[in-house]
Amino acid sequence: MKLLALFLLSCSAAFAQIPFERILNADKEPGNWLTYSRDLQGHRFSPLAEINTENVSRLKVKWAFQFPDPGNEVSPIVIDGILYITGPNAAAALDGRSGRQLWVWRRPLPSDYHSVGFSHVNRGPAVLDDKLFVATLDGYLVALDLKSGAERWSSRVLDYKVGYSMTMAPLAIDGKIVVGVSGGEAGIRGFIDAYEVESGKQAWRFWTIPAPGEPGHETWSGDAWKTGGGATWVTGSYDPELKLVYWGVGNPGPDWNGDVRPGDNLYTCSMVALDADTGKLRWYFQFSPHDTHDWDATHVPMLFDAQKGGAKRKLIAVANRNAFYYVLDRATGEFVAGKPYARQTWATGLDPKGRPIPAREVEPSKEGTLIWPNLNGATVWFSPSYDPETGLVYVATREIGARYFKRDTAYKPGTFFAGGGEDELPPDDTWGAIKALKAESGDLQWEFELRTPPWAGVLSTAGGLVFSGSNEGNFYALDARTGRPLWDFQTGGAIGANPVSFSIEGHQFIAIAADRVLYAFGL
Amino acid sequence: MRTSVATSVYVILCAFAVHSAPSPQSPFPQSTLSQSPASKSPDLAAAKLIFESHCALCHGIDGGGGRGPSLGRPKLARAADDEALKSLIENGIPPEMPEAWFLSKEEIAGLAVYVRSLGNVPPETLPGDPARGKAIYERSGCSTCHILDGEGSGYGPELTDVGARRGSARLRETLQNPAKTIPENFLLLAITTSAGQAVRGIRLNEDTFSIQLRDQQGRFYSFRKSELRDLKRLRGETPMPPYGSALSSAELDDLVNFLASQRGKP
Repeated sequence: MKLLALFLLSCSAAFAQIPFERILNADKEPGNWLTYSRDLQGHRFSPLAEINTENVSRLKVKWAFQFPDPGNEVSPIVIDGILYITGPNAAAALDGRSGRQLWVWRRPLPSDYHSVGFSHVNRGPAVLDDKLFVATLDGYLVALDLKSGAERWSSRVLDYKVGYSMTMAPLAIDGKIVVGVSGGEAGIRGFIDAYEVESGKQAWRFWTIPAPGEPGHETWSGDAWKTGGGATWVTGSYDPELKLVYWGVGNPGPDWNGDVRPGDNLYTCSMVALDADTGKLRWYFQFSPHDTHDWDATHVPMLFDAQKGGAKRKLIAVANRNAFYYVLDRATGEFVAGKPYARQTWATGLDPKGRPIPAREVEPSKEGTLIWPNLNGATVWFSPSYDPETGLVYVATREIGARYFKRDTAYKPGTFFAGGGEDELPPDDTWGAIKALKAESGDLQWEFELRTPPWAGVLSTAGGLVFSGSNEGNFYALDARTGRPLWDFQTGGAIGANPVSFSIEGHQFIAIAADRVLYAFGL
Repeated sequence: MRTSVATSVYVILCAFAVHSAPSPQSPFPQSTLSQSPASKSPDLAAAKLIFESHCALCHGIDGGGGRGPSLGRPKLARAADDEALKSLIENGIPPEMPEAWFLSKEEIAGLAVYVRSLGNVPPETLPGDPARGKAIYERSGCSTCHILDGEGSGYGPELTDVGARRGSARLRETLQNPAKTIPENFLLLAITTSAGQAVRGIRLNEDTFSIQLRDQQGRFYSFRKSELRDLKRLRGETPMPPYGSALSSAELDDLVNFLASQRGKP
């Protein structure tokens, strides 16, 4: 029996082909996890229900895999019993039954590579056809052979020497691989790129900071746009019917000193909707105009449809780092609803078009200005989850304030260009929560309090469960309808990753990276 | 599977240490912060600006910590001496902390001095007599809760390097009104288990589902929070009594002087 299982394992790996239709129809194969959020709509929801509210208390570790590096943030891809994982400039295939490594690929980091404002991490691969796609810290999009990990092609996306980098999982759409860049604290000019899946040739580029003569450039002054930031470091979502790619854009540079960049600073802190064929901007929505708090709008957007005003509307929702939850029309970008979901003191509300109404004295200052949330925001890069069965969005929420400082800064390529900083409030004055919000309105349904502001994403499942992790190493399951804790396990390492679920021969697994270890749990 | 820790409590006898020993390091003496004779004295104002530009994102604008650890401590876990600190700044701690490849040797040396200054209170000239202060320390029962130079009981914070961490004004205030100067992360707990057992002690660790503490007798406890009837966080409370009225003004001077002279072991 074991031999047969091994044989089938090797066969399924050998013949793995992932045409775009398989990703498009992810619900037809609930045991696999074929794209960053499992589906193109950014739901991070698993239709698997073997593990459910009745039996989750019996969940046990099935295997563990040790990474060579600490602080792993990977969200694995799972295809027919094989996990594909990444680390900084590395990828590997693992047997989903045992956690044993099947192949590994590494690309050495150049000695003059420097991360500016983040650790050496990678949040996961993408898959399309017979290739696995990995974005590297030193700026290459690499296509690997799924079967062997051998390199098929690599395309240079950026110049790391001026502060660009890549940490996100690429997004595979029909025939193209879309990537975004890190470097928002280094005075980069951000962009989103698409590459042809077969050749690795660049298909299009969208600059997040418009150049002179382009619409939006009037929201900058002088040469500030050249170092205006607008990184794109979290994977977006895709609507295959509208053929629009939705991607969040990061903070303007310098972060905390807005004096050198008067204006709204488009398209920083915005959601952009791009034509998948051309990369042309279809619409944008700016959450935090002229941001001076480092509130990147880099989140996985959640796409869903709902009845609004008697008509079915295509919606897109984001729980933003600025502590507001937004619902927009994803065909037009029109503001539909929005409200705070965590403590915030920087805005008195949103106007009818969704633009924030600033409170008084919110700017960073020489002496420090106390504001909620802190620079890492009410949520950050880690994924929320949308559960189509409950109609709820689950958000790992950070309740934390900070004193923000403004300082002078000068641009020097490849170094910090931030213009200040913050002092967080002491740990006992901060906390976290998993919050369940009604997807269409942002109304709070329940919350589960966490000891400290979290860094882990959320998975919801058809088993009626919500999984997430804590900084203190707890991996846990909540009842998706009530938030009641049903199971927890101490992993021994801080959890700063997104959970996934898959099945092998009908048995469901839940996987999460906790610092140096990837755990797989099952009944 | 949810761990079922019997019905409520298990007491972990104090048979093992929970803290790893910090690496040995020279006490503060400012001479160790000075540059080699050939170099100029460091420009601390410039170093502060560099810190705010390049370090504050993770360590906080005043070095109080954030995404990175607080630097406001006399002993840095990863830099036993000044050469190690300079090397650490220059080379970073891959993959979490970036290297300062863009700074000159002089700037790195200045930054190291500045970082050391964040966690080291400079020596002060104080009234009182440290020898008399030592006698007061011994007869006042301080060692029933504090360890100093390896002697005493570890219920309260260790005092071996308290003079490098706290200025004389803070030491005096703590002695007179300890509840006003409770250290960050020091939390007194009052717990009642579902079986009705009451436990009072200092929090050692806590996560969302469990909490660990130590009582005054040195016993360790670990609880599942779901198994507690009551968990009170006594913020603003301390087991330390105020000594303002128990000591004369001169005795207080002596004790402050003695504590301020405790700058850590070499």
